[in-house]
Amino acid sequence: MPRINSPAELEAYRNTLVSQRDPDKTCITLCSGSACHASGSREVAARFQQEIEAQGLTDQVEFRRTGCHGFCERGPIVVIHPDEICYFQIKPDDVPEIISETIKEKKIIDRLLYHDPATNEKIIRESEIPFYKHQGRIVFGSNGSIDPKNIDDYIAIGGYSALAKSLSGMTPEQVLQEVKKANLRGRGGGGFPAGVKWEGSRNAPGDIKYVIVNADEGDPGAYMDRSLLEGNPHSVLEGLTIGAYAIGAHEGYIYVRQEYPLAVENVNVAIRQAEEYGFLGENILGSGFDFVVKVHRGAGAFVCGESTALMTALEGRAGEPRPKYIRSNVVGLWGRPSVLNNVETWANVPLIINNGADWFTQFGTDGSKGTKIFSLVGKITNTGLVEVPMGTPMKDIIFKIGGGIPNGKKFKAVQTGGPSGGCLPEELLDLPVGFDELTKAGSMMGSGGMIIMDEDTCMVDVARYFLEFLTDESCGKCVPCREGMRQMLKILTNITKGKGKEGDIELLEQLAETLVEASLCALGRSAANPFLSTLKYFRNEYEAHIKDKRCPALSCKELIAFYIDPEKCKACTVCARKCPSEAIIGGKGLIHIIDQSKCTKCGTCFEVCPPRYRAVKKISGEPVPPPIPEEARIIVKERAQK
Amino acid sequence: MDKNRVDQIIDAHNADPSHLIQVLLDIQAENNWLPREALERVAERLQVPMTRIQHIATFYKAFSLVPKGRHQIHVCMGTACHVRGASRVLDTVQDLTGIRPGETDMDLKFSLETVNCLGCCALGPVVEIDGKTHGKMAPAQTAEVLKNYD
Repeated sequence: MPRINSPAELEAYRNTLVSQRDPDKTCITLCSGSACHASGSREVAARFQQEIEAQGLTDQVEFRRTGCHGFCERGPIVVIHPDEICYFQIKPDDVPEIISETIKEKKIIDRLLYHDPATNEKIIRESEIPFYKHQGRIVFGSNGSIDPKNIDDYIAIGGYSALAKSLSGMTPEQVLQEVKKANLRGRGGGGFPAGVKWEGSRNAPGDIKYVIVNADEGDPGAYMDRSLLEGNPHSVLEGLTIGAYAIGAHEGYIYVRQEYPLAVENVNVAIRQAEEYGFLGENILGSGFDFVVKVHRGAGAFVCGESTALMTALEGRAGEPRPKYIRSNVVGLWGRPSVLNNVETWANVPLIINNGADWFTQFGTDGSKGTKIFSLVGKITNTGLVEVPMGTPMKDIIFKIGGGIPNGKKFKAVQTGGPSGGCLPEELLDLPVGFDELTKAGSMMGSGGMIIMDEDTCMVDVARYFLEFLTDESCGKCVPCREGMRQMLKILTNITKGKGKEGDIELLEQLAETLVEASLCALGRSAANPFLSTLKYFRNEYEAHIKDKRCPALSCKELIAFYIDPEKCKACTVCARKCPSEAIIGGKGLIHIIDQSKCTKCGTCFEVCPPRYRAVKKISGEPVPPPIPEEARIIVKERAQK
Repeated sequence: MDKNRVDQIIDAHNADPSHLIQVLLDIQAENNWLPREALERVAERLQVPMTRIQHIATFYKAFSLVPKGRHQIHVCMGTACHVRGASRVLDTVQDLTGIRPGETDMDLKFSLETVNCLGCCALGPVVEIDGKTHGKMAPAQTAEVLKNYD
């Protein structure tokens, strides 16, 4: 491929690409994001390639492995264009049938379609499935249609036109003003306006400046940045290059977790291709602007998602944050002005440049413009990545898109913002998602993790869980964070073990206050949020643990016991056979009893007891009833009596 | 680990001290842990003090200063897996292998680690063994899965 030397050449090349592509040609796309890999997407891909050849369709059918489609619950996902036929949970053995039936005979395979549990209908087209129908995908939209390893796919859908527009028709100042006008706020957590950050760097003294992509997505339960970087790496590179042009940087870094091997691979391929085409390197598109990008793999430290810690890590040192008397956009990496934005923020930039700030600001609320990608996980029917306009009520995300809570359970709370965020109860579900709205309610937007919890989730345990995570991830540099969290964790662990005492809540509140006031970086300053928000909305659960030694959600191991209801046990022996610690005494015709001294409370018996019996009970805050007398245990079969 | 191989890795990064973490990641990826001799070589070639290497090797989770078992078990403790019962899965793995997170058994068979989110939340709780993902795990299934490794 020759180098593209001007915006006109780019347009000409794009037109050639588009004219070569027949929009009516059958194209099979297969989701190949990390989550689908885990469900066997690689094997499915190999089978498709093999079958297409075996059935002699190599010329008529195009097969494309794309990035994440978002509906991870039902992966691997196959979409057949142009009819948009969507098949879910594909196994390698389904492939020959798809080729012979759907591709050759144009017949729909019923069993592979989406089955809507609400209406009991089968849905053929992707866009008609409730999970997709209620979303507004502008950033994530191309993920499902392009091959991330093929730059031509990106160019064919208009890729790098925003870069061409910036370099040829706009001054850096104009680019900056456009982003500022769009009020693009950082999608990584803080929500700081990107344009203001860029302006600070642009005006900062010094010739050498840097732009950095923060892809150190550490929030447990959030993976939208990974999917974007895996599925559409060029959109991030294009945004980064435009940002570099606006602030006058010639060097950029992508800091990506090494736990994301596919993202590392795809972004490296993308950089190489962009260099070949002349979108990176010297004299980009004949504009005289030079820009190079390097990839730095993060070695696993949550605190490195913090801007100053990330920059320290980029320098090859242990990633500890520093006080921000001077912001990193003025004194950052190697002491130079450095703009750090997260993956999703950068991916928004080409859209803003192409469509204008006015287009962008039509989405969203007063304070939060555009869309946001959420990772909707936990106790939710449709796990996956969801992109909605800012201002969408949480209720719509959870129930319309997410399909509500599975197994007929009741919704309890939604956790947003990762370990720095908080839990919001059902009463607040009408709240529109937005930076300021969530903060006001005691949580935060964070990078977009949205974890759904049902009645079985203990809120004290959730607070303990996040503090455990953060205690482990604290870099240890400042005392409030290092010692304060450790003490909070100790107290919370005791509460979940039934060793809580009067005054614990007040002590936790004091420690929380110190953390908020005195910690060095955002990790410590926000670490109390999970505790404070669960206390605010679920105080009764704390009190039940402390006063009654009872876990209302029946989740805290030390506070619950398993017990077999003799009235309901039919002596089927399933639980006794499955019990890993051989704690269940019983045999055929003999009502089972759990030996409490052997029970490890793993819950296996509770899960395997056939639903028609439901004999195994979880109890908390009350003593286990004594076992029934030996002679009463014998079940006389009804048939035998006849 | 072969000294020449360590040198090759260092050369691939032009012996640049700012690439220290990247060099260590490459050694870790190939050797599964960071032997002292390799670290000493890195210190010498990159001209960085051993204390800084120690600092980094203990600060970041990706590194191990002790040998690892033949099979690496990663139990996901991300929030989505947590609310779906990951701690019960972890308890079972601990009971079955006799090791706790961060440990390796005496036969060098299993190493156990907890990780924070593998990004396969739809499959939670997730256990990853040698890079292969096992989804929707429950305590009873854990034993079945572990049986397949020797």
